[in-house]
Amino acid sequence: MPKSLVVFGATSAIGQAVCRLHAPHVSNVVLCARDPEKLDVVAADIRHRGSATVSTFVVDFNEPSSYATLIERITAQTDDIDTWYFFYGSLPDQSDCESSLSEAQAALQTNLLSVLDLLHPIANRIQEQQCGTIAVVSSVAGDRGRGSNYLYGTAKGALSLYLQGLRNRLARHGGTVLDVKPGFVKTPMTAHLDRSGLLWATPDKIAADIVAAVNKKSDIIYTPGYWRLIMLVIRSIPERLFKRLSL
Amino acid sequence: MTSRYRSWGYTPDTDQSGHAPAWRSEISFADDVSYLPFGNGRSYGDSCLNRMGTVLDSQHQNHILDFDVDTGTITCESGVTFAELIDVCVPNGWFLPVSPGTRFITVGGAIANDVHGKNHHKRGTFGCHVQMMEILRTDGSRTSCSATENTNLFNATIGGLGLTGFISWATFSLIPVKSGLMRVESLPFRNLDEFYDISSSRQDAFEYSVAWLDCAASGHNFGRGIFYGGDHHEPKIADTKNFQLEKPGLSIPVNLPSSTLNPLFIKSFNTLYFHKHRMAKRHSTAPLSNYFYPLDNLLNWYRIYGRRGFFQYQFVVPTTCKDHLKSILDIITRERSASFLAVLKEFGSVPSPGLLSFPKPGYCLALDFPNKGKRTEQMIASLDVIVRDADGSVYPAKDRLMTANAFKQYYPHYREFSRMIDPGMSSDFWQRVSQ
Repeated sequence: MPKSLVVFGATSAIGQAVCRLHAPHVSNVVLCARDPEKLDVVAADIRHRGSATVSTFVVDFNEPSSYATLIERITAQTDDIDTWYFFYGSLPDQSDCESSLSEAQAALQTNLLSVLDLLHPIANRIQEQQCGTIAVVSSVAGDRGRGSNYLYGTAKGALSLYLQGLRNRLARHGGTVLDVKPGFVKTPMTAHLDRSGLLWATPDKIAADIVAAVNKKSDIIYTPGYWRLIMLVIRSIPERLFKRLSL
Repeated sequence: MTSRYRSWGYTPDTDQSGHAPAWRSEISFADDVSYLPFGNGRSYGDSCLNRMGTVLDSQHQNHILDFDVDTGTITCESGVTFAELIDVCVPNGWFLPVSPGTRFITVGGAIANDVHGKNHHKRGTFGCHVQMMEILRTDGSRTSCSATENTNLFNATIGGLGLTGFISWATFSLIPVKSGLMRVESLPFRNLDEFYDISSSRQDAFEYSVAWLDCAASGHNFGRGIFYGGDHHEPKIADTKNFQLEKPGLSIPVNLPSSTLNPLFIKSFNTLYFHKHRMAKRHSTAPLSNYFYPLDNLLNWYRIYGRRGFFQYQFVVPTTCKDHLKSILDIITRERSASFLAVLKEFGSVPSPGLLSFPKPGYCLALDFPNKGKRTEQMIASLDVIVRDADGSVYPAKDRLMTANAFKQYYPHYREFSRMIDPGMSSDFWQRVSQ
């Protein structure tokens, strides 16, 4: 059970739901997000739900200068962090990414590069302290490139590969790296999509799976669990056939 | 898969459009659309639907903004559920001042329906405990109101069925508790006269009281049931374990065949239930959730009524109208429309600030009937005649059949209320009763 945690993307729907599950049991929560007003609302909520100390950092993950010294600032203030959560992300419009290179680069910055930038000092710290947990929300979209969203898929797929390597490195130093692969989730990020159908899950369900996986020190989870099977099928379709499908 | 925007009674089963803004600060309104705030869909009838327009879903407005653990005062957004509040408040030694039969309602819904509970005779309705709220209207204005500030808006919003605007946050007071347990005393009664005796002589001794009535019993068993008095348990030894809560478990995954709850089943079940409790220990302790929310342990319980759903009918008649109550039970017995759940409670005289508040002093009975179409509707219409004759009233949160005339008789302040309605808001219920 985590005792002291940092949450990047604390105002995201899944981030808030995870914080609420932890709130009665953790003593320290550090929340990071872009919008100061929303961050204050979430901080007050988590504080009243039980966390003794809640502190906040306003960070724009699209802007490297905004988080250059973030990890140092966080650890200078709270030095016993045991769990690092990454919840932020953006769902770029694939056709915008195709017509505009800067759109595509921005999507990679938010969903991939900023996470790697932040994980760099965190990983070194975990190696030094010989303990610690990293949990990152990736996506099932990273399991196979698809014409309809491969920029997002690239960012998440590369992220999962990075996490795999990092897990291998930190395993001998007492570190845990959890890769969370949610399917379709009803969050404000997906509010513009058609969300009918059986495969859409709530942030509360995803959050419960994440907290259970962190407590169990799991490596990779699909959430809800049936996505493991769906992605197994999708990954096993031969490329010769797959390239002709519109998915 | 049914839409989130449905009514608990499953009727009318309809496609209701809605949207859920991510943040309180981002709620906006279009000029030509009619809105209705939507909480967690626990209203039984059509007061939570707005088929001519859309619903404004408060599910993401679920932040606790302030909680003073010393005074027991809490401020939260309107989409916070009672279930969440219990998890937050009970470990700190506080409980909801008033709680209905389910904890899956939102604070906004509790105010909009001015909900009552088993302590109505002591504490009145939920609205009696609201200190202040902020109302967001479709013209974009935000108005804070209380018993002393913008009083008309405050009184109209309590019990106002969501029609006066979107409650963006509310402040209300909690009551202190020493544990998450209840001390319960059960007193069986063989007929209504025994119930009236128990209720008038014993109710005031308990913080909470409610009675289960066996509507399937006829002949010399007519009017039998069990009265439950309850108080918050005060353990002798202070311990954080005293505040541990239990979680609901079983869910009904699919609609059961409509014939499951047939009269024979209900009759047998009720007979067993009555005798089990008649023999059982008179005094017991129970977790809060078992005492207050027995049905919450059966998530999606509406599905036991099958696809056709069911009607709820909840009314109150003055204590002097015992004959009216008996006539209503006679009709139900005669129609063999035995209600699976029949809950009887004597309301007290604590006044609510709400203009459209349902409770008033008298006997309140909540019934549910499987939907058998016209036949059920006709029976409910005949019950309405009796309630109107007794000068009682019917609870809008559970209704979808009330006529405009009946509404105006039940709720004499409706004119004053309708002046405070947000012109950009409406509901199916309001369309019907405001004709």
